Amino acid sequence: MNVRRLLDRESVLAPLLLLPVVLYVVLFIGFPFVMSFVYSISNVTVGNPDFRVTGLGNFREILADKVFQKSLLNTFIFTFVSVGLVLVFAHALAEILIRDFRGKWLVRFLIMLPWTAPIALGSIGFLWFLDSLFSPLDWLLRAVGLLGKPGALFGPMSNLYWFGRPDLAMAAVIGVHVWRLLPLATVILIAGLNSIPKEITEAAQMDGAGYFRRLFQINLPLLFPVIGVSILFATFFTFTDMTVVWVLTKGGPPPHSTQVLASLAFLKGIQGGDLAQGAAVALFFFPVLAGIAAIVLRLVKKAVVI
Amino acid sequence: MAIVELKGISKSFGQVRAVDGVDVEIKDGEFLVLLGPSGSGKTTLMRLCAGLERPTGGSIVIDGSVVNDVPPRERGIAMVFQSYALYPHKTVFRNIAFPLTVEGMDKAEIRKKVEWAAGLLGIGHLLDRMPSQVSGGEKQRVAIARALVRRPKVLLMDEPLSNLDAKVRHSARDELKKFQREIGVTTIYVTHDQAEAMGLGDRIAVMHEGKVRQIGTPDDIYHYPADTFVAGFVGTPPMNFIEKDGLLTGFRPELFHPAELISDQDPVRFRFRIERVENLGAYSLAYGTIGSVKVIANLSPRLRIREGEERDFGVSRQDVRYFDKQTGAGIRR
Amino acid sequence: MLKKILSKAGFCGGLAFFIVFSASPFYIMLITMFKKSHDLFNPTNNPFILNEPFTAEHVKLLFTQTLYTTFLLNTLYVGVAVVLITVALSVPAAFSLARIAGRWGENLGIGIFLTYLIPPTLLFIPLSRIISVLGLQNSLWSLVLVYPTFTVPFCTWLLMSFIKSIPREIEEQALIDGCSRLGALVKVILPLSVPGIITIIVFAFTLVANEYIYALAFIQDSAKKTIGIGLTTELVRGDVFYWGALMGGALIASIPVALLYTFFLDRIISGLAMGTVRR
Repeated sequence: MNVRRLLDRESVLAPLLLLPVVLYVVLFIGFPFVMSFVYSISNVTVGNPDFRVTGLGNFREILADKVFQKSLLNTFIFTFVSVGLVLVFAHALAEILIRDFRGKWLVRFLIMLPWTAPIALGSIGFLWFLDSLFSPLDWLLRAVGLLGKPGALFGPMSNLYWFGRPDLAMAAVIGVHVWRLLPLATVILIAGLNSIPKEITEAAQMDGAGYFRRLFQINLPLLFPVIGVSILFATFFTFTDMTVVWVLTKGGPPPHSTQVLASLAFLKGIQGGDLAQGAAVALFFFPVLAGIAAIVLRLVKKAVVI
Repeated sequence: MAIVELKGISKSFGQVRAVDGVDVEIKDGEFLVLLGPSGSGKTTLMRLCAGLERPTGGSIVIDGSVVNDVPPRERGIAMVFQSYALYPHKTVFRNIAFPLTVEGMDKAEIRKKVEWAAGLLGIGHLLDRMPSQVSGGEKQRVAIARALVRRPKVLLMDEPLSNLDAKVRHSARDELKKFQREIGVTTIYVTHDQAEAMGLGDRIAVMHEGKVRQIGTPDDIYHYPADTFVAGFVGTPPMNFIEKDGLLTGFRPELFHPAELISDQDPVRFRFRIERVENLGAYSLAYGTIGSVKVIANLSPRLRIREGEERDFGVSRQDVRYFDKQTGAGIRR
Repeated sequence: MLKKILSKAGFCGGLAFFIVFSASPFYIMLITMFKKSHDLFNPTNNPFILNEPFTAEHVKLLFTQTLYTTFLLNTLYVGVAVVLITVALSVPAAFSLARIAGRWGENLGIGIFLTYLIPPTLLFIPLSRIISVLGLQNSLWSLVLVYPTFTVPFCTWLLMSFIKSIPREIEEQALIDGCSRLGALVKVILPLSVPGIITIIVFAFTLVANEYIYALAFIQDSAKKTIGIGLTTELVRGDVFYWGALMGGALIASIPVALLYTFFLDRIISGLAMGTVRR
């Protein structure tokens, strides 16, 4: 049997075409993924390559570490608050963008910028926007009298020192996450809104259903999968992100006010050279990611129609 | 001489037996129609001939050699899909030329052959257009030209007329038959439309639930159906069935007349209660019952019949068919 | 009538709010990059407008005194290499998953998509070890090798759903017209997939321009840095910020990427959502 004939066989051709991807995924995703579990129960560091399994010691140590506890808490706070805010805003924005108006493409381009432009570069804009001395935002607050005068809402100082105060630094990180994810969630929601057949809404109107009845009994149930999808992705991108924190605060101001799991893993694993502890910290992503994956899997199997 | 032989062909998809032991021989130059309702396995049978599916049992012989393991490109067949499957990114010319290009034929030769095929189908003026720029009927001709350009041993067509609107369909049917006779290519044609099958086929194979229930000339199929399924599927309205003397008696609506109009001295008589009459211009249909069984008569509109009346109707003995009550199989007398 | 005006006002107000919310950091970048330093570093000056005539000094500094062009070129090199690898891996795999492989192909496709949910922040520690064992620290090749971990799963998935939308009969027609399975892929499916392939090229490239963590972990050498880490680590030195240049650098690099992305936004997002919500 010649090669050409052999390649006509599905049982030969299909695996052959898949082989490169499978090989790459196993080598560069599967293998490191397994390694991160192995590292987390070992004593491996950059300087000390001899490898010894030390059991759950790393996890015990980490769990007792105040910095870790703070990071874990921060990660959850950032994620939940950001995702909540994104959903509220995205709904409003989707209602606006679903209409037709002149110059829509430009508006869309501008509104999508936070998602489409590289996040590290967008975050750089916020460094200046929230600078300790020259912050344009502070200037605006001063100009409208909310800052820099005795009795002003935000206090008498001339600046808020965004990255110098724990509460404001956290607010800044959350703000940038919301800013960045809003376009993504909005586009997903618009796709969902567009997919609700006009006839359904019209039929409901004909049946005499009012606005709220339509919203709660028709739109929301139909949109539910789409809202679910935007929650999943917003959660995924906030929960595992370290770019925003790293560019804005590097986890500061001290003591670790905005440290998150990802940045802590980087500090320990790369900058501190303690691969084992870094891997152990990063593994705390795993339960949440596994949850997301399980939901995604169920949605895929159920084949919800957009 | 048979050019295509299907010997005990079966195809299962999981638990479903789509084609279940089919034996058919197709003669050189013949136009064979596979007729059946959707899900009867006719399209699967054609895809098996094409090599798009592999049979789970039996063998397919084309031009003397078993082709079970031969890929489509080496079978010497061509196929016209229901959707025509024109390559949307190629012009009409390059669509028709594609099978030749793949063979590596030289350009001048390709041009000659494409022009021959396009001329045959009357689409010479469309060669520079894209598929999106031609009408449905023209698309169908392009697809046929592409199928013919390689001079296939067997031409397969999967409901090629069903995407055309009713008006075009009649003339397309006529042309299809004409050019098939002209170039004499062996053709297997799948359809669920019995009028198309009767009009086009040299022979018709009626399929149901993966099996060929009857194969024969349109005349055979219509007048001597092998079983109650064929009798019911072919003909509109379908054959009437009445239980009589332990057998199922079948007769065509258009052969069911008032007893006094039948020339036969001793027709099979029924008492027909007419419930409703539909005048359709060329003929009228009388709906009613014999005993408690519903039957239909196809009558001349000039015949005076009143709704609600009960009359003596009958069928000439030579026009009555008999079937087994249990199996539905036809019984020749 | 009043209701209509109110609704119109609400619409315009909402629109204005969201435009300001989303675009103001970029507007600030634009203003800042052309401000004279004297104007820039006066806290009482309005930061939203040019109070003095515009200047190109920051832009000049950016392109002549810094490694900015090197960062851009590094990003471009890595981007092109990663795009090539991604296309080479994804196209055959997507075709196989969409058309040839049956039930197990579908499951494998979902499996590959799920690996997209393993984030760089979980993989960078073991990968940094692999990179150092391979001796690729401080080399752009480390990024070329690792970046497909996030481009390939998603792009394969995206292209798979694209190919599924091409009628199967077109491919079967090609088989009957004399092509082999592979021939049908190259001669018919590939040309018809061009829009899908362009989408994955754009998407893979924007992902590379976006990447931060691997670059931060693997590259220390200034001349080897890509745009994201280059700007944030080289132009932000202690308290000495070249603000004008920094803002200019961020804006100039953002706009082309954002334009490209926006152009393919709907396709990319629908692909993203298709992981969970099928068409």
